[in-house]
Amino acid sequence: MNAPITRRGVLAAGTALAAASLGTPAFAQGSPLRIGVITTLSGPGGYLGADARDALLLAAEMADGRLGGVPVRFVVEDDALRPALGKQIAERLIRNERIRLFTGVIFSNVLGAVAPDVLDGNGVYVSCNAGPSNFAGRECHRNYFVISWQNDNLHESAGALANIMAYRRVFILAPNYQAGRDALAGFRRLFQGTVTNEVYTRLDQTDYAAEMAQIRAARPDAVYHFHPGGLGIAFIRQYAQAGLLGTIPQVLPAPSMSTVTLAAVGDAAEGVNLSAHWNADFDNQPSRRFVAAFRQRYNRVPTIYAQQAFDTALAIGAALRGAGGTVDNTEAFRTAMLRADFQSTRGNFRFGPNQHPIQDWFAVKIERVGGQLTHVTKRRILESHADAHAGQCRI
Amino acid sequence: MALLLEQLLNGVQFGVMLFLLAAGLTLVFGIMGIINLAHGSLYMIGAFAAAWVAAQTGSVLLALLGGLAAAAVVGMAVEYVVLRRLYARDHLDQVLATFGLILFFNQGMTILFGRQPLFVDLPEFLSGAVEVLPGVPYPVYRLLIIAVGLLVAFGLWLLIQKTRIGMLVRAGATHREMVRALGVDIRLLYTLVFGLGALLAGLAGVMAGPVYSVNVGMGEQILILTFVVVVIGGLGSIRGAMYGALLVGIVDTLLRAYAPGLLRVVMDASQADMLGAGLASMGVYLLMALVLLLRPRGLFPAHA
Repeated sequence: MNAPITRRGVLAAGTALAAASLGTPAFAQGSPLRIGVITTLSGPGGYLGADARDALLLAAEMADGRLGGVPVRFVVEDDALRPALGKQIAERLIRNERIRLFTGVIFSNVLGAVAPDVLDGNGVYVSCNAGPSNFAGRECHRNYFVISWQNDNLHESAGALANIMAYRRVFILAPNYQAGRDALAGFRRLFQGTVTNEVYTRLDQTDYAAEMAQIRAARPDAVYHFHPGGLGIAFIRQYAQAGLLGTIPQVLPAPSMSTVTLAAVGDAAEGVNLSAHWNADFDNQPSRRFVAAFRQRYNRVPTIYAQQAFDTALAIGAALRGAGGTVDNTEAFRTAMLRADFQSTRGNFRFGPNQHPIQDWFAVKIERVGGQLTHVTKRRILESHADAHAGQCRI
Repeated sequence: MALLLEQLLNGVQFGVMLFLLAAGLTLVFGIMGIINLAHGSLYMIGAFAAAWVAAQTGSVLLALLGGLAAAAVVGMAVEYVVLRRLYARDHLDQVLATFGLILFFNQGMTILFGRQPLFVDLPEFLSGAVEVLPGVPYPVYRLLIIAVGLLVAFGLWLLIQKTRIGMLVRAGATHREMVRALGVDIRLLYTLVFGLGALLAGLAGVMAGPVYSVNVGMGEQILILTFVVVVIGGLGSIRGAMYGALLVGIVDTLLRAYAPGLLRVVMDASQADMLGAGLASMGVYLLMALVLLLRPRGLFPAHA
């Protein structure tokens, strides 16, 4: 039998694939600062992590492999949306690779497993997406920073948008995990009408027929749902197939309708209202520069996941510059980080007392521009909006 | 009442989808004794191939044929190249090898198509809804899924009970050595059975495309429920897979639809919603535990 040879061949092929897919950038300098990027690259949420990774790499590439003048190298690992795997990777990178600075996690449940390990090892975590409520309140930490948003903010702004649109009765849905529960709580916080139904879906759900039937039976003024990545694509397409599109409008937080979701959903998305902290049509210099560079490098429009990661790279750069190019002195790194001394692509950005962003929120509508469906920024919904958990944080 | 009917239809439709996957899985296990974790990958390959052909040609028929052919060909190739070496081995080796196949196919699809989900458009004549009863509109496409699934179930029954190949399949499942001693090319039979299982998984993938999202890793999501179906139905039993799939589909759908509402009668709304969602996601596993407690070999064990 030639089984051993075959096996060796398969192994070699596998190694080659892994090496090909990582594409680690090389630098001329000796030992650049390594930054751990634990993110979701496979499964329905896979493109979210890919966008975050690509934007991080782009930010360094645009500055000759440096952030804040410091040569860096990203060590990218896939958590496959499994908290246990994320934790394993974090432990390995901390112990074996001696990495002290981390970012990249997309999903709040993975962050819940990764962040404590990083922080207990006297490392620093800078979030480019997930901002769960517990880490914003009582469990906030001196070495934990969020550049994207506190989870609730996305949904509070959607609630505020529903008020502006004068929807009185809204049916709300989200997956049953930390960010999903934060979502529904956040929506209720600023929404002034009545919530007809509150439904928790599963994070691994593909079929939403049962929920569609409930929505039709409840006859709300609007539907609000938070389904990031592939979940949202399935949900919105089935929403259209169930014939609800023409009868019940949707008001959504930005992750439920990213540019990728939009491409996959197609015409079913026209006229959908979103709330977002950033949009690709923002007219400020850092944003224009980022969008142009991203489109040129990767030949696609960046999602908010890419924008947040790009801002994260800029924030890390600013902090590194202020801390002498290392994370060895976490207090110096923290002082420099909290100054937020970088040109955010979203314009107005500063840190609140719990080291989460204070920023503006905007209404965005899906409209047809030159035959193409695209996100169009409409108006400001909330100005210098902080989160509701900051009061519980004692740093 | 209309709502209950609609939810039942949803349950049957979900069940039919699970059946297409479970039938192949249980067939392969019953006849070859192989635990094939990579079955979900064949489902993914069917979905991707159909999406790609549809995007290239715009033809529904070609997309269907492309998806089915891709899944069946890849399935038979996998049987020929990998699984053939594993029949005599331990189940653990099979699990390891087929798990490796999952990683291989996921990475392969990522290289070919990228991580971004693909979009499959429904043809115009399938995209509307019809009133199955006055006041109960139901998407035409989901009705089509139900019809196709039931048709496939009937076809499989005919194939296995009424044809010579079916006879060999049944014989191979119970007395493998005897069939071989009678001069039947059991290797060819295995490849054909595996191809048939792959074809059914591919069909499920093709039909899933326009409803769910076509992305890398879509197979693993549904594979877990498929295993629940196979265990409930009885390993190796097509009939068991049919009843198991319908049972799981209906129980899962009805729990999701009604558990929170029923709990609201006894507790306050937000608690009921949370607990109901938890119950709904545990429901099918509780069902499986219950079935195993009462009938440890499943509802319709193949070698009873």
